[in-house]
Amino acid sequence: MFRKFAKEDVHSRSNVKSSVQRSLKSKLVSQYPKLEDVIDELIPKKSQVELIKCEDKIQLYSVDGEILFFQKFAELIPTLKLVHKFPDAYPTVQVDRGAIKFVLSGANIMCPGLTSPGASLPEAPGYEKDSVVVINAENKESALAIGKLMMSTEEIKSINKGHGVEMIHHLSDPLWHFNLD
Amino acid sequence: MLREVVYCGVCSFPPEYCEFSGKLKRCKIWLQENHAELFEKLYSGEDAEVEGVTGKLAESSIGEKREEKLEKDLLKMQAKEENREQRELAKKLSSKIIIKREARTKRKSVVAISGLEVFEIDMKKLAKTFASKFATGCSVSKNAEKKEEIVIQGDVMGEVENYLHSILAEKGLKDVKVEVVDGAAKKKKKPEGA
Ligand SMILES: [Zn+2]
Repeated sequence: MFRKFAKEDVHSRSNVKSSVQRSLKSKLVSQYPKLEDVIDELIPKKSQVELIKCEDKIQLYSVDGEILFFQKFAELIPTLKLVHKFPDAYPTVQVDRGAIKFVLSGANIMCPGLTSPGASLPEAPGYEKDSVVVINAENKESALAIGKLMMSTEEIKSINKGHGVEMIHHLSDPLWHFNLD
Repeated sequence: MLREVVYCGVCSFPPEYCEFSGKLKRCKIWLQENHAELFEKLYSGEDAEVEGVTGKLAESSIGEKREEKLEKDLLKMQAKEENREQRELAKKLSSKIIIKREARTKRKSVVAISGLEVFEIDMKKLAKTFASKFATGCSVSKNAEKKEEIVIQGDVMGEVENYLHSILAEKGLKDVKVEVVDGAAKKKKKPEGA
């Protein structure tokens, strides 16, 4: 999603009103209920939330200058910076060590990289197709990517070939390096 | 409670991913200097020397053979990255920055700085810095060669030169040439060679 993202893709930037800030916070919590305990820490009342409208209908939201989430359609998606601050709130899958290099190059994730001994998927019923998932890696504490399931986690286990996760955002992509000023 | 996250000052990753950045040597030095306890944890005591690529990180499920290949690949990536960095450094060292003073009116002059683009200096930011530092107008514009340059109102050539030298020194590029051209100095009555 951010493979070719650049400063030139920013169309407009505007500070959001406090009412919008409140509704964004409640939307985040409704999507990721575990964020409730920390939402006021993540987005303090006095913080400035900025909406950055970009090419391709992508909207980024920054809190005091740091981009914490974004959306293209209705769903709000956390950036890795947000995930790192509070990792426990999102559906999560794990790739094995061998897949890390490919994930960091921006490739979609192949099923075997999600089903091998070093990998981990949730137990049944797992996550539906099209769910946004955080991607962790074997022996690592921090997430390295955010993706979207191209099939349900149960299907990934049973089919076990082809692409399982579409890449949305990963360490070292232009969004990761994006600097607001 | 939110987690405090350390990001590598060299490659920007969480340090546990530095091994995949292609810059691991420098990453390790940075981590050892800035977060010694994390360095210990990641690269473990017995392997604390900065040369080796893997330490504790290598414990994995993927089997010795694949791990060996991965390490080879990572080393190759690192060598490639180092070559690239060296080429870039050579390019930086062989280019020069030009500070040129030009007369605007009899009394007023402007100073234009060109050749900054190869040095990863944010020109707009630098222009803002100059504007407030010298309390004057300062902007980024395209010169005759269609390259961006910073134009500062006022006779601040000496100060600009000093400031640029200090930025370059910070970036470890103090050997870069900064050429000063004074187009506003009083002209000789007869041009040279005429
Ligand atoms: Zn690093």
